[in-house]
Amino acid sequence: MDSLTFLLSGTVLAATPLLIAALGELLVEKSGVLNLSIEGMMALAAATGFIVVTLTGNHWLALLAGAVAAMLLSVVFATVVLIALGNQVAAGIAVGILGLGLSGLIGSPYEGMTVAPMARTPLPFLSDIPVIGPGLFNHPLIIYLAPLAAALLWWMFRSTKLGLVIRAVGESPESAHAVGYDVVRVRFLAVLVGGFMAGIAGAFISVVSSTLWSDGMIAGRGWIVIALVVFAMWRVERVVLGACLFGMAAIAELLVQSMGISAPSQLLTSIPYIATIIAITLLSMDGRRIRLNAPVSLGRVYAGSQ
Amino acid sequence: MTTLHETTTNTSAAPPAVPLLELVGVTKTFGAMTANDNIALSIMPGEIHAILGENGAGKSTLMKMIYGVLAPDAGRIRWNGEDVTIRDPAHARRLGIGMVFQHFSLFETLTVAENISLSIDEKPATLAPRIAAIGERFGLPLDPAALVHSLSVGQRQRAEIIRCLLQAPRLIIMDEPTSVLPPSGVAPLFETIRELAAGGCAVLFISHKLEEIRSLCHRATIMRAGKIVGSVDPTAETSESLARLMIGRNVPHPTRRTARPGKDAVLELRDLDHTPNDPFGTRLEKIGLEVRPGEILGIAGVSGNGQREMAALLSGEALLPRAERDRIRIAGVGCGDADAGQRRRMGFAFVPEERNGRGAVPEMSLTLNALLTGHGAGLVRRGFVAQRHARHFAESCISAMNVRCAGPQSEARSLSGGNLQKFIIGREIRLAPKVLVASQPTWGVDVGAAAAIRQELITLRDKGVGILIISEELEELFEVADRLQVLFRGRLSPSLDRAEADTARIGDYMTGGFLSAPSIATAA
Repeated sequence: MDSLTFLLSGTVLAATPLLIAALGELLVEKSGVLNLSIEGMMALAAATGFIVVTLTGNHWLALLAGAVAAMLLSVVFATVVLIALGNQVAAGIAVGILGLGLSGLIGSPYEGMTVAPMARTPLPFLSDIPVIGPGLFNHPLIIYLAPLAAALLWWMFRSTKLGLVIRAVGESPESAHAVGYDVVRVRFLAVLVGGFMAGIAGAFISVVSSTLWSDGMIAGRGWIVIALVVFAMWRVERVVLGACLFGMAAIAELLVQSMGISAPSQLLTSIPYIATIIAITLLSMDGRRIRLNAPVSLGRVYAGSQ
Repeated sequence: MTTLHETTTNTSAAPPAVPLLELVGVTKTFGAMTANDNIALSIMPGEIHAILGENGAGKSTLMKMIYGVLAPDAGRIRWNGEDVTIRDPAHARRLGIGMVFQHFSLFETLTVAENISLSIDEKPATLAPRIAAIGERFGLPLDPAALVHSLSVGQRQRAEIIRCLLQAPRLIIMDEPTSVLPPSGVAPLFETIRELAAGGCAVLFISHKLEEIRSLCHRATIMRAGKIVGSVDPTAETSESLARLMIGRNVPHPTRRTARPGKDAVLELRDLDHTPNDPFGTRLEKIGLEVRPGEILGIAGVSGNGQREMAALLSGEALLPRAERDRIRIAGVGCGDADAGQRRRMGFAFVPEERNGRGAVPEMSLTLNALLTGHGAGLVRRGFVAQRHARHFAESCISAMNVRCAGPQSEARSLSGGNLQKFIIGREIRLAPKVLVASQPTWGVDVGAAAAIRQELITLRDKGVGILIISEELEELFEVADRLQVLFRGRLSPSLDRAEADTARIGDYMTGGFLSAPSIATAA
């Protein structure tokens, strides 16, 4: 495998979970809810998925189990913030910690174990293109579904009533209620879908991209996902772009080493996190654009009418 | 829907018709407060029915129950003679009840057609021609593809009305619809309403503006403190008699003498250009004004024309670059780059539009709220709060302004809007400012408190303070202001003296009449 193929393939592998989770988080935030528990949801899903694949050997079942586990955790989050009207930031962090804890607990018997990788599905013809083909089109099937999900979400927000309703609820829950929408239900479902997608992303990391279990393997990717949504200004096409950039930053370590440049490995590992901080800082300087794109009611408790 | 039509087909023919909507003994309480007490109301098809009452009289609560936003605690609602329980606004709309809100329920980042498609199960693309058609029919021109945040307030109201009309309602509730319109926009709105009524649609017209009710409505139901105190034919009443019913006594009018303004301006804006940070805000262009001691300058105009931006620049919440500091002067000193605290030390006082959150901290006691701007008046010693002084200060604000509350320890949020506003104005007055800027000083305040506040402002003027009032209520400005200027799309009109300012002239300015040709034509 030459280095460009390696770069492409590695980027796709690193970007896919970020993309899937960020699409879910985008949906949640568009409805006006800030879900900060992505990290914990991904971690719980990673452990669940790993256990299921160890027991059954079925990767699809593992991805599904991870997604369902994370979705159950998102039910807890949604209940706290939408039914009990808890503060979204505090609840998000708390539920996230819960997820991390559960992940470590159920995963501890599996520490250090490995599983077989997911079968690859090379796309006919496309995978035969030199260099690009093996890099982009010779992956497990799940990877090709991520861009499809992005396209679906983009279309939903652009031309469907459902997308309009979610945007409306996120912009002004009071008005949405006044014109007759059930704000809490829309948001609850959005949080569930967001949790489900975070779960696929988390299980993907343990059973597809790394195929081994170690506690803490999500390693802050849940937080990068949240940053990614802000970086993308809540626009689907920019989430795709951002996920690729962050994916590339994530494998920069390997790339730099392969080019024979010697640098402390800690510094290289921190590249994606540094990139996150820089990206967020640069974008936050333009408050006007944020105001035009951000869901206005993001993070605000909506108590409904009396 | 079809069954509803069938049940009413005979009603238009037979004289003892079934009311379209009937309320019997409807009651709603919030905690200890009874917002609606045993309300009875009946509305016929094609009737324009006014609900008249002060702020806090319970009009909004009543409308929310009819529109299904709130559920009544007791009583019955009948629609076409049948008992109904209106579960939510969607249910109300299915019954044929539409509502045009005072504070719009539109989404700023969506287009007009997208907004409307949220209420009507139809795609924005197919809605666009229908929006145009209904706009044509009722004289409500509007571009369906326009983003709502780019629309003027009047256009937004049109969008709300069109949204309502597209659902072919049998009853339309309009909550203070003229409060967002310039005077020239009122007549076309009334034409639309009459057109609707002629077509058999009933209209519930909520207002506290007596002249409008007299010219438009067939019947007026008057509410006071949650109860119905009368149901009259408004055309047979005078404004005075309606007002008496509404507030339960004669309307107080402030007394005033001719202003004797001093010479040197205490507040000046010169050629002020400003682009706000908020992308939905209004750009200010070439704003120029002068307030002299002992006079009240009123800034009229429909809100959304730059009032908020201007108030922020005056108060020091938005700052000018240092090089342009002289474009704002307090008592002759350039202060465009000085923050709110520095300006207050120069003798500037400010009463913001939002009482809760800006003028006062809702969760804090009146004593602590007095400290908010009064900290320089000896209420803080060596960095510590002088509790006794602060309490005395708050007490004196309360007694001077006749604020109804339990005492200086009561939380700001426990006061009614009018009482809190009286407290805030009292606090600012006691700081003995050279210049006072008040934004919408009586917005949402009941008639009695509003009259008291206006009287205080005039008294303060007579003591030689320069006062600037930004207000949407023309009647208020005519009552208190010595001179008037009008804000329109971020531009300020030339100054009109009290004597030469009348509704026609100001109305012309409010739609930008001063921009093209500065007409000197004598007003009709």
